[in-house]
Amino acid sequence: MDWKKIATPLLSIIAFLAFWEFIVWANNWPNYVMASPSDLPAAYEKYWKLFLIDSWQTLWRTVAGLALAVVFGTSLGMVMGFSRTARDALYPLLVGFNAIPKATLVPVLALLFIGQHDFNTVLMAFLISFFPIAVSVGIGLSTLEPEYRDILGALGASKLTIFRKIALPKTLPEFFGALKVSVTLAFIGTNLVEIISPHGKGLGSLFQSGATNGDYPLMFAVLIALAFLGIVLYYAVVALEKVFAGWAERPAS
Amino acid sequence: MDTLIDIRGVTHAYQTKHGPLPVLDDLNLSVPEGEFCAVVGPSGCGKSTLTRLVAGLMKPDQGEVFLHGEKITGPRKTVGMAFQNPVLLEWRSILENVILPLEIVAPGMARADKIARAEHLLDMVGLKGFETKRPSELSGGMRQRASLCRSIVHKPEVLIMDEPFGALDNFTREDLWQTMRDLRAAEPFTAVLITHDLRESVFLGDQVVVLSGRPARTQYVLDVDLPSDRTIDILYEPTAVNMLHDLRDQIRIAQGRDGGAH
Ligand SMILES: Nc1ncnc2c1ncn2[C@@H]1O[C@H](COP(=O)(O)OP(=O)(O)O)[C@@H](O)[C@H]1O
Ligand SMILES: [Mg+2]
Repeated sequence: MDWKKIATPLLSIIAFLAFWEFIVWANNWPNYVMASPSDLPAAYEKYWKLFLIDSWQTLWRTVAGLALAVVFGTSLGMVMGFSRTARDALYPLLVGFNAIPKATLVPVLALLFIGQHDFNTVLMAFLISFFPIAVSVGIGLSTLEPEYRDILGALGASKLTIFRKIALPKTLPEFFGALKVSVTLAFIGTNLVEIISPHGKGLGSLFQSGATNGDYPLMFAVLIALAFLGIVLYYAVVALEKVFAGWAERPAS
Repeated sequence: MDTLIDIRGVTHAYQTKHGPLPVLDDLNLSVPEGEFCAVVGPSGCGKSTLTRLVAGLMKPDQGEVFLHGEKITGPRKTVGMAFQNPVLLEWRSILENVILPLEIVAPGMARADKIARAEHLLDMVGLKGFETKRPSELSGGMRQRASLCRSIVHKPEVLIMDEPFGALDNFTREDLWQTMRDLRAAEPFTAVLITHDLRESVFLGDQVVVLSGRPARTQYVLDVDLPSDRTIDILYEPTAVNMLHDLRDQIRIAQGRDGGAH
């Protein structure tokens, strides 16, 4: 890894923070309109314990929801990829479900599973993020050229063997493409529940408490922490992609 | 010699939105063991369908396909296939691609033996030194060579090729014809080669079968009476040129243009 790869994004982040600081300073905005980056270290220092605990809460529920989405989305994608009938039957349902703004589901879930805060949050992260995975796996499998199936099918290999040796690895690049979208969605789902139905856990609720107390630096500090966590999650997926589907990367020219 | 592949009275139609599409009509064809059968015919007449029937990947509406006098009811491990698209797996090295069929056909075979067999074949087709390369690092002709190695790595009785050289430029194609000829001398398969190149059919075939337009029947069978160690030059000699003329006329008939201007 060469230094440019790290320095370039780092510089752009520093430039962004400087720009933010400058805008706040130039407009002479007080803290209750807009906090500036220089206000944030104080907030982190004051609440560092809460940040750690709540980040962990947000993180594990996002990852759990995403894991469910991967299992369920992949299974659903397999069913849709292998069966035309299933595809025709499920597609409109899925598209319809995906079109529902997920914020409307928060009260529904809260009523369905009263008091099950962790469960509700994980469920939302899952519900919001399985769609891209299901669609990409489904499309990847259904568009597999017949020759790819035939090279093993002609030898009498089972459907499962063909899936394991050919279809699955061949759809991995599409799968990871979808996972990058899904990880962000799952993260949004978690925070949605944490903010809308606050129950004292997660970065979303920390943001809420900042809002109720008029602690603007805290609110912005949470936003930055969220962005940071989002970046970590995203690049974790990128790292996994490199390991499992690195072959799909075209050499830079 | 014994008949290895025997296709008897095969009729098949695909069910499409616009009703049934007859593709094969009472087609008969037999290939003696060890022989190389080239099949030519108008585009869309049913050649690929024929290969899928012989491979046991589908069943005909009527008629039967026999291998060694045994009716084909499904895929079998003794078949090898190659297509116009080399369909190499990008996440595997060239060597691992060639080994793939052995993982299905001979799961108990020692890995060292699998590697030795694959390396031997790659060496024969001129891909020594490319074992660890990825498919995308190879040229089209080299990929097709690797694909051929994969199709015969498990020593199939029958090698079925569906226009394997169709996407290559002329010189590369001729190189591959010669590679094919050498493989044939070294390996004991019986081959069915679909092609739309008449010169290819004469250079490689022991017999050339011309299929009629859709639905395909066996329209004409030409015995290619040329030595088995042919060189490209032979295609320019009178015997071969006559055969090519003969085939050209048959294709014209198959396309429904017999009697038209040349
Ligand atoms: N699975 C299928 N369903 C419906 N029609 C098909 C199918 N496969 C091939 N066909 C049609 O059958 C005809 C013969 O196809 P094919 O055997 O691939 O011809 P060829 O290989 O000689 O070009 C073509 O018109 C093709 O469109
Ligand atoms: Mg074809």
